[in-house]
Amino acid sequence: MYLYDDIDQRLIDERVAQFRDQTRRYLAGQLTDDEFRPLRLQNGLYIQRHAPMLRVAIPYGLLSSAQLRKLAHIARVYDRGYAHFTTRQDIQFNWPQLERVPDILAELATVQMHAIQTSGNCVRNITTDQFAGVAPDEVVDPRPLAEILRQWSSFHPEFAYLPRKFKIAVNGSLNDRAVIRVHDIGLGFYRDAKGEIALQVWVGGGLGRTPMIGTLIREHLEWRHMLTYCEAILRVYNRYGRRDNAFKARIKILVKALGAEEFARQVEEEWSHLKDGPHTITEEEFQRVSGFFQRTNYATLDDYCPEFEQQLQTNRAFARWVERCVHPHKVPGYRAVTLSLKPTGVAPGDATADQMDSIAFLADRYSFGELRVSHEQNLILADVRVSDLYALWEQAKRIGVATPNIGLLTDIICCPGGDFCSLANAKSIPIARAIQEKFDDLDYLYDIGDLDLNISGCMNSCGHHHVAHIGVLGVDKDGAEWYQITLGGSQGNDAAIGTVIGPAFAAEEVPGVVQKLIETYVAERLEGERFIDTVRRVGIAPFKANVYAKEAAHA
Amino acid sequence: MRNLIRNHAVVADDWTFVPLPPPAEETIRKQAGKVVIFKLTGEPAATPEQIQATEIPSGKVIIPLSVWLARKEELAARVAASEIGVWLETHELVEDLVGSLPDINALPVIAIHFPRFADGRGFSIATLLRTRFGYRNEIRAVGDVLRDQLFYMKRCGFDAFAIREDRSAEEALASLRDFSEPYQGAVDNPLPVWRRYTRYCQHPFAERKYQPVHEDEVD
Ligand code: SF4
Repeated sequence: MYLYDDIDQRLIDERVAQFRDQTRRYLAGQLTDDEFRPLRLQNGLYIQRHAPMLRVAIPYGLLSSAQLRKLAHIARVYDRGYAHFTTRQDIQFNWPQLERVPDILAELATVQMHAIQTSGNCVRNITTDQFAGVAPDEVVDPRPLAEILRQWSSFHPEFAYLPRKFKIAVNGSLNDRAVIRVHDIGLGFYRDAKGEIALQVWVGGGLGRTPMIGTLIREHLEWRHMLTYCEAILRVYNRYGRRDNAFKARIKILVKALGAEEFARQVEEEWSHLKDGPHTITEEEFQRVSGFFQRTNYATLDDYCPEFEQQLQTNRAFARWVERCVHPHKVPGYRAVTLSLKPTGVAPGDATADQMDSIAFLADRYSFGELRVSHEQNLILADVRVSDLYALWEQAKRIGVATPNIGLLTDIICCPGGDFCSLANAKSIPIARAIQEKFDDLDYLYDIGDLDLNISGCMNSCGHHHVAHIGVLGVDKDGAEWYQITLGGSQGNDAAIGTVIGPAFAAEEVPGVVQKLIETYVAERLEGERFIDTVRRVGIAPFKANVYAKEAAHA
Repeated sequence: MRNLIRNHAVVADDWTFVPLPPPAEETIRKQAGKVVIFKLTGEPAATPEQIQATEIPSGKVIIPLSVWLARKEELAARVAASEIGVWLETHELVEDLVGSLPDINALPVIAIHFPRFADGRGFSIATLLRTRFGYRNEIRAVGDVLRDQLFYMKRCGFDAFAIREDRSAEEALASLRDFSEPYQGAVDNPLPVWRRYTRYCQHPFAERKYQPVHEDEVD
């Protein structure tokens, strides 16, 4: 993974000093709440329901075991012994004290971590595929260019006060696991006819109040132009994006107001001045950064491991875990493993300090000391030998991260919601728990198969409910908490926004509604058909009819 | 109180800032420059009445862009005497200013008014003045100008800062030095860090440190 040199290190050290002074001035009354707000937000610090919330960046989701140990230490010393992994591949601490945040940032800086631009109206953490570098369907490793983007966008002087937050995602695989089409900028890396790395540029996707799939504004861009092209997009947005209404301030609204064609024309015109300028990425810089991500120490292994096959045959629980949590790897004899942070009864994405320490140990023991955070809020060990899978499984079970539910209904993506977040309309964690409890029969879960269920506590959509097969959104109706259900959303190459099925439900009704949706699927499905494919084939009508049947009878 | 920072020092201000007179009772929401800007931001521009009612005192003055555009003929002699500067709101188009006179450098100062410190459009305006329109004289930040934005402003080409009246310009000076070696190029140094130094792919504890690149090696 990328390692800091003294230039990187000095920058984050100076950032800590800067924020320490800003916090001091705020506490001394020399900065008002309004003046301090963007400064703290650009260091990931929210003032939440109970206490401040600190969001720490995990650039493109890549983490070392030493960094994870530091996060565990922070959870223990400065917080209540746990932390929450987010859908933007970041990590959040829910209970730090404002006065101690500069100390936390100083601790993070010792392991090359920071909270820079994890919030605020600026370019946020760049996200990507959790299987970057190891996925068999990968065409271009997205991480070197993601790192180059990260550096360019960190402390960018012109784009620190954009109309609204700005999220960039990159993907280099055939299957888009980074959901690049629902980001402000989505970059799809591929190899062009000449075999060179090229980019597809998607703009104006996003979830939130007005969910939108992005528009492809450029089919082919040479990789060396990535920064200048992003600069052109950001400048057009910074100048002309709306600032009078926060709900209409995202770039997607500008793209829509101008029309995608006109927007693209303005970007191209702006870019014509920047093209081939100093931010044109050099071969040397690309090679330098790429060097950090090339793993040269894989062993030469046979992909067939007889003990492993034997274990699969004899141990059903292990076989299940392998089916759901073990993923293919481009190097023979290796696999990627997802450690599930979604056991029933725990807030999705939460991990305790002890678990983090143990996982750091597993990373050292089995996966070159590195791990990843997925936007589905799980942790991944990306380079595990097939022959180690059984031992890893046994240890993962012991610390509660071997729930074999990856990609299943109970692998719920869920935002912190009303329990923690001051913007929430409704709680989300208890809903996740109630659904997990209702569907605790593994055989039934396996029979249902691949299903994404996501929950957001409000329209800000941190839980990505729009792109879930079943989406749950907390809404406020006369001060009470209600839940709206959407159906048919999806992420990936065929990304789609779900459709609202009808009037909202009370909290206690939600698990039953999910149950009815599942029943409808089971009744309607063809042999081997996934939930989402059934929804696409038959439409939402039968689902709707079943869910609202009783009410209609009452009326 | 002296609250102007220029070239990293607190100095006396020799320019008079000329605001627009307040609008008449009923604000007519006129289009600011191009239609698209108005449509997207809904922000008002000056009315013809306001423009005519603006009194331009003698001496060195910084006048509103709308007044400049409407009345520049009557100011020709004063422009020649280097007495006229222009300020613009963040939603106004810098292109309108640049297109309004043969040589933008005939203006000794251009000020950009920050209605709120979190309005980031001023950063792009200054950048464009420096990098695209070849403006070499003073670019001044006025309005809601606070120390925690100074470093970024400086990087975008501002070289004068009228710190908000209730804050100390002396204290604000420190923030101009918040960071020593930024990643990306900007107006103050167009080169990104990897064109400023030879950086190596290395473990940070290894011996080899980064080395400065000589100007003539930069491609
Ligand atoms: S979706 Fe709403 S409730 Fe949930 S974390 Fe985001 S802002 Fe908070």
